[in-house]
Parts: sequence; C-alpha cells; structure tokens
Amino acid sequence: MADHSIFEVLGPVMIGPSSSHTAGAARLGRAARQICGKKFNAVHFLLHGSFAKTYRGHGTDKALAAGVLGMMPYDENLKDALAIAQRHGIALSFEPTDLGDCHENTARIIFSLTEGGTFYVQGSSVGGGSILITDIDGFETEISGEYPTIVIGHTDKPGVISEVSTVLAEAGINIGVMRVKRRERGMQASMTIETDEKLSAAVTEELMKLEHVNTVRVLNPIG
Amino acid sequence: MMYQTGAQLLEYMKQNEMTKISEAVLAKEMLLTGKSEEEIRSRTAEHYAVMKQSAARALTEKVETVGGMISGDSRKMEDYRKTSGSLCGDTIARAMARALSCSEVNASMGRICAAPTAGACGILPAAVITVSEELNASPDEVIDAMIAAAGVGAIITENATVSGAEGGCQAECGTAAAMAAAAVVQLRGGSADAALCAAGIALENILGLVCDPIAGIVEAPCAKRNASGTVNAILSADLALAGIRSDVPFDEVVDAMYRVGRALPTSLRETALGGVAAAPSAKEISRRIFGR
Repeated sequence: MADHSIFEVLGPVMIGPSSSHTAGAARLGRAARQICGKKFNAVHFLLHGSFAKTYRGHGTDKALAAGVLGMMPYDENLKDALAIAQRHGIALSFEPTDLGDCHENTARIIFSLTEGGTFYVQGSSVGGGSILITDIDGFETEISGEYPTIVIGHTDKPGVISEVSTVLAEAGINIGVMRVKRRERGMQASMTIETDEKLSAAVTEELMKLEHVNTVRVLNPIG
Repeated sequence: MMYQTGAQLLEYMKQNEMTKISEAVLAKEMLLTGKSEEEIRSRTAEHYAVMKQSAARALTEKVETVGGMISGDSRKMEDYRKTSGSLCGDTIARAMARALSCSEVNASMGRICAAPTAGACGILPAAVITVSEELNASPDEVIDAMIAAAGVGAIITENATVSGAEGGCQAECGTAAAMAAAAVVQLRGGSADAALCAAGIALENILGLVCDPIAGIVEAPCAKRNASGTVNAILSADLALAGIRSDVPFDEVVDAMYRVGRALPTSLRETALGGVAAAPSAKEISRRIFGR
C-alpha cells in the first residue's frame, strides 16, 4: 500500500472531459515532442484499444495534437489544437489500429522530421493523467515523465555506462533509475536514466562529447 | 507512514493533539513530498480557484459539450431556482446548479480540477462553495476544508480505487461525495470522528452505483450523478453533525466499496456496454454522435 499525495485526488487541473483520455493524452504528446527534440512537419498517430474506439468523444485527438504542439494539459487552447496545428503547417493524421499486446490507452506518435526521416514514440495513458512511455523509435523503455529523464543512444562498447555516470556525477546529478537495452552485441544500444535533479543543456553537451554516445534526449517533468 | 486508514488518522490526531483532519493531512503531505505548508496551501488555493470558475461558468455562459447531451442543464437549474424556487431549498438548489456547471465545463473541454476524477469534478466544488457561502467561512477555513477532503480521498485511493473503470461510479462519485462530506463537517466545526462518519455514510449511500456513460463519453448520466452526489455529501454531513453514526466504520465502508467494485461485471465499469448506456435510446444517441 503506497502513500499518495493529496494532489492526486485534488487534481490535476486539466482540460476535460477525461483524465486518462484527455489529460493523459496531452501529456503523452508533450513527452513525445520533448523526446523527439527535432523540428517536424507532420505527425501520424496510431491509436490502440480504448483510444481507437473512443478518441472522438473524449477529444483524445485534440489532446494528443496539443501535446505535440507543446501545450500543457490545462491549456484552454487544447480544444482548438487541430486548427492551431494546421495554422503552423503541421499535418496531423489519426489511424485507429491494433498495436498488439499493450495497454488499452496506447498511442504510437510518428513524427515526420523536417530534416527527413521519421521518429516515433509509443506510450500509454495509465490512469488519472499518468503516462508511461514504452518504446522510443524501436527501443523498449519505461518512462513516467514524473522525473527528469535522459535517453541516450549509444554504441554498445565497454565503459560507456561508466563514462555517462561520471559526467552526471561531476554535474552533481544523482541517478534514481537506469535501464540499458541493446539490439545486438556491439551495435546500437539505448540507456534511459531518471535523475533527481533537472537537466541542463550543459550536461547534454558534455554527454554528446563522449566517444560512443550518438544521441542525447532530455525529458524534464511534464506538468 | 503516519496513517493510511481512517482509524489510524484519528489515532495519529489524538497522539498529536490535533482537532482538524486538515492538520494531520498537511503534516503527512509535508513529510511525503518535502513541500512546505505554505506551498501546499497555495497549490490548494490555486486548484480551488479553478473549481470556483468551473462551478460558475456554465451558469452564465453557453458551453457546447462534445456530445451535446447536457448543454445548458446548469442554466436551467439556476433559472428554475431563481424563478420558481426549488423544492429542495435554495442552498441545495444552488449546489446542484454548480455541480452541473462543472460537469458541463468538463464535457465541453473546458478547464476543471479533477476531484478525485474529471467525471466527478462537480461534487466537491459544489458542496464546499455552497456551504462555505452559507456559513460565511473564511478563505483559510475553506482551504483547510479542501485539504481535509483531499486527505479522505487519499485514504480511499490507498485502500481501494477511485477509478470508474475499476470500481464503477461508486468509486468516482462516491469518493467525491465522501471527500465533500468530510470537508463540509469540518467547515461546520464538527469533529474529525463526525467527518469520517459523514464520509462513510456518503459512500454507503451509493454503494454499488455502476459506471454506464452513454456513448462512452463523460456527460450522461455523469452530470446528474454529480448533482445527486453533491446532495448526498451535504445530507451525509447533516446526518453526522446530528450525531448519527456511520453504520460500520469508515474504513470498512471503503473496503466494502472496493469489494463491490471488483464484483461488478466489466459491462458496468465505464465500458458503455451496460446500464443506461445499453438502453436503445442511448445507443441511438451514440449513433448520432459518432455518425454510425
């Protein structure tokens, strides 16, 4: 039995009508935008389960759109997000589908990058506005967005993890949770690190200097 | 940690010579989150401000809900109260209109504060705003009452569920009514024991209530259950303030609510497959909204 903050039941302040299908969807979109971290001109949303069946009635499409535009879940512009995206020249499309064995409220958010190519983030709205990012462009992960999070794409070589943790330690950043995944030995791998402290651009730069680190993405907590 | 049940809460208060539930809730929140009393109170005040706006907005402004099932209901109630007078009495009628307003704002993709959920967001604001108006409560007393309510909601979250998909409407509107009942008792100067009795009575009164949203969206019968949940909260507070006890202790009602919730079939837990959502007219409404 875990203790709960009173603001889990006296909140969140949000745009209605549903904490899971609206507020959670907006947070999911916002997290995906932060993780992507690049300019994009189109976003395709694959909607699974209850998201696929009920997204229109709950404004899940608008909330996801608001999120990828960078709005907070309590932004009153959320209901106009589809039109706002259009004005910004961002093409949005929604496709109900079956993403397989995953949570009822799951979306895969596929960005078409301005520089070319695509990048996707998949996650679920797990209740009360809370989310879980489960897949970043093909790498399984588990990110709640409650803590500052770093996602590093690196080459699977000995010593990379220790180099990363040294950079963080020198910046006075404490690692709360760390997960490492790889596709094949010696090939592309991914590290997800949740920290206690907020992450600055300087830390990102230091991490990028490391030999086998290819990408660094930072996700600071979403309101 | 400190307390996780109603009984532990009362024991903790006794040991620390506290009289209001909100004092214990604040102490726990400070320890749990590392935030200061000032920060917690000011965040509560911000959330209460959002609640006040959503409780007032649809009374004066036309809001279009996504499904169009409840648009204008709070204004109808407010106009009726003002022109004909309500059979329930003016206080209850004002509270009902406010609860409906919150539900309408929520269903029209406006800004609300979930308490404990978005679907039940009208009950706590409607009861607390109306009763504090009636009692001329000070802003600080109102914030304390909100903190007490949140503490009761947190206990229910820790021991049962507040999700309609898991426990039915009793988990959402029942918890909201329990929170509001406790807040109202504290506002009126009742004891912590009476506040928990009121919360227990409120939950007991709607034990077994199913979650059956028409067309699967948060409008009907949700808005009306926010209105009735508000009345349930105020009447439960009155019963407890009169000295009437909850039939079984608060913690046992919470446990019963959880067990009833788990016993409900999936069709009656937010899937729109049972209850009024399965009625022929409800299916017709669903076809109209989704165009199929």
